[in-house]
Amino acid sequence: MLTFTIRRSLLAIPTLLFIALVIFLLLELAPGDPMSEMPLTIPPEVKEKMRLALGLGQPWYTRFYLWLYQFFVVEPQYWIDALFGTDLAQGAQRIISFQSRSPVFEVIAQRIPQTLWVVGMSYVVGVLIALPIGIISATRQYSWFDNLGTLISMIGFSVPTFFSGVLLIVIFSVNLGWFPSIYDTTLVVDDFSSLMMQIKQMAMPVFVLALYNAAQISRFMRASMLDNLGQDYVRTARAKGMKERVVVLRHVLRNSMIPVVTVIALGVPGVFGGAIITEQVFKVNGLGQLLIIAIHGNDIPMVMTLTFIFAALIVLFNLIADILYGVLDPRIRYD
Amino acid sequence: MTEDLLQVRVRNQWWDVWDQFKTHRGAVWGGGFLLFITLFVLLGPYIWQLDATKLDIRNKDLRPFYTALSGTANWTWAHPLGTDNLGRDTLAKLIEGGQVSLSVGWVAMALALVLGTLIGVLAGYFRRLDNLLMRFTDLVLSLPLLPLLLVMMLLFRDQLRAAFGPETGIFILIVVVIGITSWMQTARIVRGDVLALKEREFVLAARSIGTPAYRMIIRHLLPNVMSPIMVSATLGLANAIITESALSFLGLGFPSDYPTWGKLLFDSVDRMADYPERVIWPGLAISLTVLSVNYIGDGLRDALDPRIRGL
Amino acid sequence: MTMKTALLGAIATLAAAPMAFADGHIGERGRDGQLSIIYWQAPSILNPYLSGGTKDIEAASMIIEPLGRYDQDGNLVPYLASEIPTVENGGVAADLTSITWHLQPGLVWSDGTPVTSADVVFTANYCMAPDGGCAQLSKFDGVASVEALDDLTVKVTFDAPKPNPYGPFMGGQSPIIQAAQFAECMGAKAPECTDANFGPIGTGPFRVTEFRTNDVIQMEANPNYRDPNKPAFATVTFKGGGDATAAGRAVMETGEFDYAWNMQLAPDVIASMAAAGLGTPVSAFGTLVERIEVNLTDPSPNLPEGERSTIAHPHPALSELAVRTALSMAIDRSLLVEVGYGQAGRPTCNLVPGPAIYASDNTGCLQQDLEGAKALLEGAGWVDSNGDGVREKNGVELRLLYQTSTNAVRQDFQALIKDWWEQIGVGVELRNIDASVFFGGDPGSPDTFQKFYADVEMYANNFDGTDPQAYLAAYRCGGEPKPDSQWQGENINRFCDPAYDALIDELGQTADLNERGRIARLMNDMLTKDSMTIIPLVDRGRVSAHANSLGGVVLNTWDSELWNVADWYRIGE
Repeated sequence: MLTFTIRRSLLAIPTLLFIALVIFLLLELAPGDPMSEMPLTIPPEVKEKMRLALGLGQPWYTRFYLWLYQFFVVEPQYWIDALFGTDLAQGAQRIISFQSRSPVFEVIAQRIPQTLWVVGMSYVVGVLIALPIGIISATRQYSWFDNLGTLISMIGFSVPTFFSGVLLIVIFSVNLGWFPSIYDTTLVVDDFSSLMMQIKQMAMPVFVLALYNAAQISRFMRASMLDNLGQDYVRTARAKGMKERVVVLRHVLRNSMIPVVTVIALGVPGVFGGAIITEQVFKVNGLGQLLIIAIHGNDIPMVMTLTFIFAALIVLFNLIADILYGVLDPRIRYD
Repeated sequence: MTEDLLQVRVRNQWWDVWDQFKTHRGAVWGGGFLLFITLFVLLGPYIWQLDATKLDIRNKDLRPFYTALSGTANWTWAHPLGTDNLGRDTLAKLIEGGQVSLSVGWVAMALALVLGTLIGVLAGYFRRLDNLLMRFTDLVLSLPLLPLLLVMMLLFRDQLRAAFGPETGIFILIVVVIGITSWMQTARIVRGDVLALKEREFVLAARSIGTPAYRMIIRHLLPNVMSPIMVSATLGLANAIITESALSFLGLGFPSDYPTWGKLLFDSVDRMADYPERVIWPGLAISLTVLSVNYIGDGLRDALDPRIRGL
Repeated sequence: MTMKTALLGAIATLAAAPMAFADGHIGERGRDGQLSIIYWQAPSILNPYLSGGTKDIEAASMIIEPLGRYDQDGNLVPYLASEIPTVENGGVAADLTSITWHLQPGLVWSDGTPVTSADVVFTANYCMAPDGGCAQLSKFDGVASVEALDDLTVKVTFDAPKPNPYGPFMGGQSPIIQAAQFAECMGAKAPECTDANFGPIGTGPFRVTEFRTNDVIQMEANPNYRDPNKPAFATVTFKGGGDATAAGRAVMETGEFDYAWNMQLAPDVIASMAAAGLGTPVSAFGTLVERIEVNLTDPSPNLPEGERSTIAHPHPALSELAVRTALSMAIDRSLLVEVGYGQAGRPTCNLVPGPAIYASDNTGCLQQDLEGAKALLEGAGWVDSNGDGVREKNGVELRLLYQTSTNAVRQDFQALIKDWWEQIGVGVELRNIDASVFFGGDPGSPDTFQKFYADVEMYANNFDGTDPQAYLAAYRCGGEPKPDSQWQGENINRFCDPAYDALIDELGQTADLNERGRIARLMNDMLTKDSMTIIPLVDRGRVSAHANSLGGVVLNTWDSELWNVADWYRIGE
């Protein structure tokens, strides 16, 4: 397993470089222009000068190389400088966003807290709800609990967040006035009342997202449990007189985890990707909103950096999932 | 098992599947609803002959018939479910929107499922393909969706439009776009399951008697990964119906006056408080369709599982 | 009335205006606590010279100020200048080749240092620096030099007579920045000055305490603001993001915010929000006109790439005046306004709807005439001979592809107009395109409004300030987007008329205001009622919403909406 891990990690480097190239070419090919958000009153000649000032006059491979260099050399230098007070970077150009003309990593760092609070929290909550629901639904198939769970998760998945989010706002912000409809990213949590405030403003987006995540994961959990509950080894275990609890939680659960681990591992990078629509509905302004604004404004350095980090996380978490398969089912071997 | 053994032997095994399926109450209800909604959108236009895109500005913002109970509502039997802000009939829009949403949903879901299952099985079963296919999956997962859609539109829209005409061309484009951007989860799940399955005793046994790879996959592996595929199918259908509505904002979907369930829902969110019927009906249509597909999937899974069917 | 007297009048009416709404609300600075503003497009940067985006310019207008602004009626008001220079008061040279500005004495930046003419000169150099990519460069068009005559006097010299010398340093697009802060940020180094771009030191009523790009800005009252009793608010939260509906809801339904910008929503949606009673929508008109642009060239996909939508191939149907006129006659503009804009729109037949002196009295299109349109098409030989509901002539079917950007109101307009056009026997296919593609100038994309691979397209356009010269000059022969120009250009319709070009030149040399008005109206009519190259639909106002407890809001479409934020106050308590 160790050699597998090392081999896969080494393989990740060319994979990621290739992914970076494909993403860059995709962004190059995509229609759209950093000047699209400028008003029409700015004449075309001025827009052309602005494009040149953004470095768009250079051929794509020069810009791709520059991005690679800045991402892998300049940015780490700045981080080391910030940590140890050295001066490795010596004022080299960092990756600069087209829209805000500021270093993209500073903006990303600014967005991480609210993304983790809202999207991360909703994912954790979603997983924590989904696993027990999936297990109970499977062990008591077609009980009222199972049917209710099915109903809620199907509604949770098939009602889009642009609708459920606004519905919650209309009920809880407009009519009842319990929660704010606009998330305050500047809120500092340092005492009990600000914590309550934070919980209040998180409540609705976390609920919407957690429902969506839980719906999906609980369905896979339930289906996989049902598959395994019918297997011969379960009958054997029961025949040996093992308690039902032990049968379910130790044997069936472990063997049912493979699809669930896959789904969860695929979802974790999604936390970093943010939740574009939910963030928009509740004005959370996390990484999802950052990405969508950057895409709309054709802010190539920002989109490139965000998607590349996202790609790295996908590669990483899919590797983790593969390792976990081996742990869950020692018969699975890769070498 | 009180039936005559002889009769059981000549019976096609699909009859057993059907018998088991019938005993699943959820599946029967789901099947019934799906049949109803399919007939509703297919035969609806012949019974309810209003054109969904026909404007009737004098009769705008009518309420559905049941709001007559509150006494104050402005409604008429000519438009039993009311009209929108331009006077288009809501019932006609639901019928016509359903045709588009259901056909896009089914085809796109099927495409994603076939792609995902194929790639998942190949990667899981053939070690040599595993790395290549899974790294390709990683690549597709990492591509930013919006630019990808825009590029596909740029490359293929005009060609498809020229080859198949505006409506069919766009239908093909939408279905393909949704299909090839949503197969990855299925592929990862199927592969994970296949990796575990192929080390199981029954697979080793089958292999030891020299079963060729394709029969191995069809007879032994696929039936055992049916249940996650069924779940993927249910989720995929919902996903395709919603994604279709998002596409039309990019100029990638159907023209804006072409109703679909997802678009009806989106367009009405702003007026949700004053005209709840405009979100409730399309929302219900989507949810109930997905729910019934889910129950049918449940029923099918039970019916196809010989261990359960035997009981 | 000459230009001089017009300007004098403008100044006279305006000198007293800021006082008018401040009466009864005078008190110490910061007395009203917190002000919350929401813009559904989040500001990215506070330097208008690096971004032309309206959201950025308006956010910056609370912090940095120009020498003069336009008020809600389009008149010029001095801000940092002691008066608006005119020919009358000697500020503008009689030959119109220079303008001399005098700064108010005693002005200080928010960091306490004095504002001098060196800052004004620096601002001009900053924008005109090569490689800087200044978004407001067109404001400095024709500027030969900017020099400081003394500490408070700046003289801008033009290379030719400039009938409208109020380009530089006038309006929200061209505020004065501090030389000391931006000295290291000239030209290519502009993007490296993140701190300065995010927190410019200014003379405005507020200063930045925290800037989070594309998210939120925190501000506090500028302790060195020139009026000791203003602003009334001590702190400001300027939140961005979401959509117009959510912003309107936060002001009018939940009361979380005090001011929401640019409510691009259907009138019934706004009305139902306003019914909640916490806020009020306000509207004002400027020069923004929603119009249908007619493609005079053939966009057929059967033509080879590089020849589609170029002047090499005239449009088979739309190059006929009768067809264009019929299309316009079939439209009921009042209904469009009722459905799409309500109080924030009025039907118009003009490309230039204001200011009054430039607005033509052309109202011929306001009455919908479906029968007349049919007769016109019939008379021009367009008849439906094969019974498919679409007229044809010489084997050409009258089918149009009608594109616009994605936006709920525009899609409603498309549906309505399609319905009318189909009634007169014109086949219509609709297409809507994501705004970032449609308005982006990517020459590789077939869907930009410049490339115009469609028969007709709808969008809105306007001009900065009050002078339409540059706006009307866009329709010059040869100025059309074409492959040679990388599909850049402003003559979207591919319009070409030598008589029109002659008028453009004449307008550029005319100083007399009445004469300018006459020429501009003539040009407007040539594009609209005479040739129907442009089918104007709606003169679109701006709608914003403010909380009922917020006083002093005067909506201004000629400059930043937040132009008088220093005068805002809290009502009641």
